[in-house]
Amino acid sequence: MRDLFRKIRTTGRAAEAAPRRPEPALPARARALAGSVQVRHVDAGSCNGCEVEIASAFGPVHDAERYGARQVASPRHADALLVTGPVTRNMEMALRRTHEAVPEPKVVVALGDCARNCGVFAEAYGVAGAVRDVVPVDVEVPGCPPEPEAIVAALRGLTGR
Amino acid sequence: MTSAAFTAALGLNLLAAVAGLVLPPRSRRAAAGAVTAAGGAAAVVAGVSAMRGGEWSVRLPDLLPLAGVQLALDPLGGLFVAVTGAVAVCAAVYGIGYTRHGGLDGRVPQVMAPVFLAAMALVPAAASVSTFLLAWELMALASLLLVVAEHRRRDEVAAAGLWYAVMTHLGMVVILAGLAGFAAAAHGESFERLRAAADGLPEWGRAAVFLAVFAGFASKAGIAPLHVWLPRAHPEAPSHVSALMSAAMVNLGVYGIVRVGFDLLGGGPAWWWLAVLAAGGGSALYGVLQAAVSSDIKRLLAYSTCENMGLVLVGVGASGLFAASGARTLSALALTAALLHVVNHAGFKTLLFLAAGSVVHATGTRDLDALGGLRTRMPATAALFGTGALMASALPLGNGFVSEWLLLQSLVHALPSGGTMTAVTMPLAVAAVALSAGLAIAAFVKAFGVGFLARARSSAAAQAREAPAPMLAGMAAAAAGCVVLALSPGLVLPSIARPVALAVPGPDAVAGPVTLRLAGLSGTVSPLLIAAFLLVAVVGLLALLRLAATRRASRRRARLWDCGAGPMSPRMEYTATSFAEPLQRVFDNVLAPETDLDVTPLKESAYLVDSVTYRTRVGDRVEHRLYRPVLAAAARVGEAARGLADGSVHRYVGYGFYAFTGLLIALAVLR
Amino acid sequence: MTGIVGTVLQVVLVAAGAPLLAGLMRQIRARAEGRAGAGVLQPWRDLRKLLRKEPITPHGTGALFRAAPLVLAGTTLVAAAVVPLVTTRSPLDGAADLFAVTALLALGTVALALAGLDTGTAFGGMGASREMVVLALVEPTILLSTFALSVRVGSTDLGAIVGSALDDPQQVVFPASLLALVALVVVVIAETGRMPVDNPSTHLELTMIHEAMVLEYAGPDLALVEWASAMRLTVLLGLLSNLFVPWGIAGDSLAALPVAVAAIGAKVAAAGAALAAAEVFMAKLRMFRVPELLAGSFVLALFAVASSFFLVAP
Repeated sequence: MRDLFRKIRTTGRAAEAAPRRPEPALPARARALAGSVQVRHVDAGSCNGCEVEIASAFGPVHDAERYGARQVASPRHADALLVTGPVTRNMEMALRRTHEAVPEPKVVVALGDCARNCGVFAEAYGVAGAVRDVVPVDVEVPGCPPEPEAIVAALRGLTGR
Repeated sequence: MTSAAFTAALGLNLLAAVAGLVLPPRSRRAAAGAVTAAGGAAAVVAGVSAMRGGEWSVRLPDLLPLAGVQLALDPLGGLFVAVTGAVAVCAAVYGIGYTRHGGLDGRVPQVMAPVFLAAMALVPAAASVSTFLLAWELMALASLLLVVAEHRRRDEVAAAGLWYAVMTHLGMVVILAGLAGFAAAAHGESFERLRAAADGLPEWGRAAVFLAVFAGFASKAGIAPLHVWLPRAHPEAPSHVSALMSAAMVNLGVYGIVRVGFDLLGGGPAWWWLAVLAAGGGSALYGVLQAAVSSDIKRLLAYSTCENMGLVLVGVGASGLFAASGARTLSALALTAALLHVVNHAGFKTLLFLAAGSVVHATGTRDLDALGGLRTRMPATAALFGTGALMASALPLGNGFVSEWLLLQSLVHALPSGGTMTAVTMPLAVAAVALSAGLAIAAFVKAFGVGFLARARSSAAAQAREAPAPMLAGMAAAAAGCVVLALSPGLVLPSIARPVALAVPGPDAVAGPVTLRLAGLSGTVSPLLIAAFLLVAVVGLLALLRLAATRRASRRRARLWDCGAGPMSPRMEYTATSFAEPLQRVFDNVLAPETDLDVTPLKESAYLVDSVTYRTRVGDRVEHRLYRPVLAAAARVGEAARGLADGSVHRYVGYGFYAFTGLLIALAVLR
Repeated sequence: MTGIVGTVLQVVLVAAGAPLLAGLMRQIRARAEGRAGAGVLQPWRDLRKLLRKEPITPHGTGALFRAAPLVLAGTTLVAAAVVPLVTTRSPLDGAADLFAVTALLALGTVALALAGLDTGTAFGGMGASREMVVLALVEPTILLSTFALSVRVGSTDLGAIVGSALDDPQQVVFPASLLALVALVVVVIAETGRMPVDNPSTHLELTMIHEAMVLEYAGPDLALVEWASAMRLTVLLGLLSNLFVPWGIAGDSLAALPVAVAAIGAKVAAAGAALAAAEVFMAKLRMFRVPELLAGSFVLALFAVASSFFLVAP
């Protein structure tokens, strides 16, 4: 416990200074979310590269939570789906159902090149398509994997903070 | 007033029995049920009028040979007569619908139900030892015949009946011994004589009488470890009989303890009451634990009876303890709490057993694991059971809350006045009451949540049909009584004050129509105001929500969140067994559950599993550890004794000769 | 008069301040983790957003599922009105004592547990089952601590207990009070689902207690549940601090009310900050280690009662 206390004291604040606020990227119907976006992450067939970056975006350094974005356990509690990876056949129905489970107003973020256009997995036999082929997509974040800064910027675009 | 009503109650029950005997099966149910209900109502009138001071007594020396019959209805007896009557009204109305099927419209059950009720009304009205014992035995026999009413349909009924018969008669034997000894020492068997002679008895004699009758009455009240018959007989009996037994008959055990301990013996030393309190606390905890892990709905309710009677005895014991140390106010408060809990328990247990009965009636099963989803198929029954469960879990808006609150108040106020013994006992008593209250909540959340909510887990539950009107009427009457008791206990508390004053002379312990105030102590609670505030808060929140929640109108129906993995089947629901599993693990040492795990591998390889069978069962540990060895020993002795009886007449004549000679020698030596 | 104004004030204070308390506790945790944190107002933003979302009724759920958030929030509001937070002269004080308040809060928990069971999902049932175990095991500790606190006053009435501590400040440092304090802290932690009994921010369903029951709620229903949870924490922390540090609470004088509001705000904020800071150093206990913790608190409460008799009584 003393070690932990010392660690907290010596580390101090790990969060980097907030970059300039990006342009709001929220669709008009989702304005009601302003300032608070709960995120449910769906791995639709990702290689887990994007997941590492998401973890980093919500970690102490980038701290996406300070802008009002928070990860939640149930799509019922969520406003945004953060979908990574190409949508595999096994996850197609699950993604649809998850999308259906989110209460309106809701947005979908396709995170990473695979989610946008299947990336290196395009036309593989187990892939059903990109995220937009399965559920309507509002925001896309390019990159393989996208940098945490890009993820944070996309989330800030949703929260408007 | 009292005498007319009481005579009417007995007469109507007799009439109902005759109707059950002579009428053809088609009209039998309705006629016997209606007349029995009227008899119950008359008993309520008689009881209430006796509680209000209309005492009545009668001697009928010629009715029975040798001793005659002596009856008297004082406020204490009146309370129990009134409770029995009220339960009888609900159960009789319910019975009109319930006894339609399953051979329950036969002569024996239809005749025995009113006889049972008449006997239960006679017990608290008896004013002499012989009358009391006669009524007690009549009650035992009538209830035994009712318990085994369905023995042709289920094998377990016979075993339950056997346990009940043996236990109730062992209880009868000790009560008989205790009261007969008392009567012999008092040179008379009327209660008046006993009261007068009690002070002249030696200390050990009084203690012997008290302990004997306490054991007998505790067994009737289902106090652990003498409870073993109760969780067998109550589930196996037809449900309206279960309600009568669990809500009315067990009370008479409490009546016996209060009558003999307080009234006839005039109180006793602290250790008697400490024993009562300890037995009550132990029974409350053991009963509620078993209820919390039981997955049979009626067994759960039966164990809950053990729990609630335990709580009543905690109150009775505390009252005696305070009286022994001279704290009259506290003593009256504790007894008020105990008697109020008797009334409250009778209310919600009637409701719960009747509602459980309509579930059994509709689905044919008592297994909570196989129920579920009943709220869509039987909404009225579900709502009524839910009401009963709320009442039973000692939460605000429930009537159990009021009496447990009073009980806790009497216990916490004991410390400053009492000695070291109260300082040691009271915290433990409070802890026992509190833990049993907490576990009771878990047990009833399980019974209601798993049994009635979610979706049906068996085809029987999926095809359940709502109970017919008479059954619903019986349950609704019980529910209405519970709600009145829960919201304005101030209405009944003045009537309970008289019986309390009879046992513990002194002023009323609790007063106030809306807010209950403890006399001479600081403490108030107002169930009605709490309910009103809660209503205001909920209505206010609804209004606030209407203003603030912009999309509230567009409520959407959606499939359950299944993690995206496809439809959820009712097999994935939490069952009663799984609900209780954490508790079972926490109380592993007390419950000692038996679990079997069978893994059958495939033929091809021992590592590939074909099927897994997991079975877990929580038995009654008292029965296994205490009764089974005794029964086994008795069976062994019986086997051995068989060698003596080989059929030879010469030998039997020899036995007679030697026994007689031995007796003569013994007499010669001792005289 | 003071009583009525004070009661209205404390209900408003709890209703408005509870999300701020939750925000403060999250902010402290964020700072300890080296993060910047979303700010104290974030829970209010979350609630505003949830109120603007659509409510969802999952298939197969009934009236109880929809009523449970209302009952949960309603019981908490009544508790907020009854306990002495701003004033000891609440006109509602006589309606409920400490026993009744704990039972009232338990009623809210039961409503939510039934809603969890009503969904018929495995997680809902699991959460309900675990919550009931915690509730059942917490009950003896609460009542025994109440007992210990009531001995010196001769009453379980909350206003009386707080008032007596004001009159005779040294009572607060008696062993009985201190032991009861420790026991009650454990109770508050368990009742409000904080570390180490439950992790309010977990995403892993199998480790959940409280969260597992509310997985199906969305929009305004969820807003009610989250708001009520924050209010429960606020009421319990406020009650705890006033039982042991009653100074500042308003008596008869109307002028004392602003001071009382500031005092209870400061006390609850300090208690919440201490709780949040302590949580940083803790990991969640295994479900089946929780009973050991609760049994420990029960023993402390038993000591409290015993010492209140043997060490104080003449």
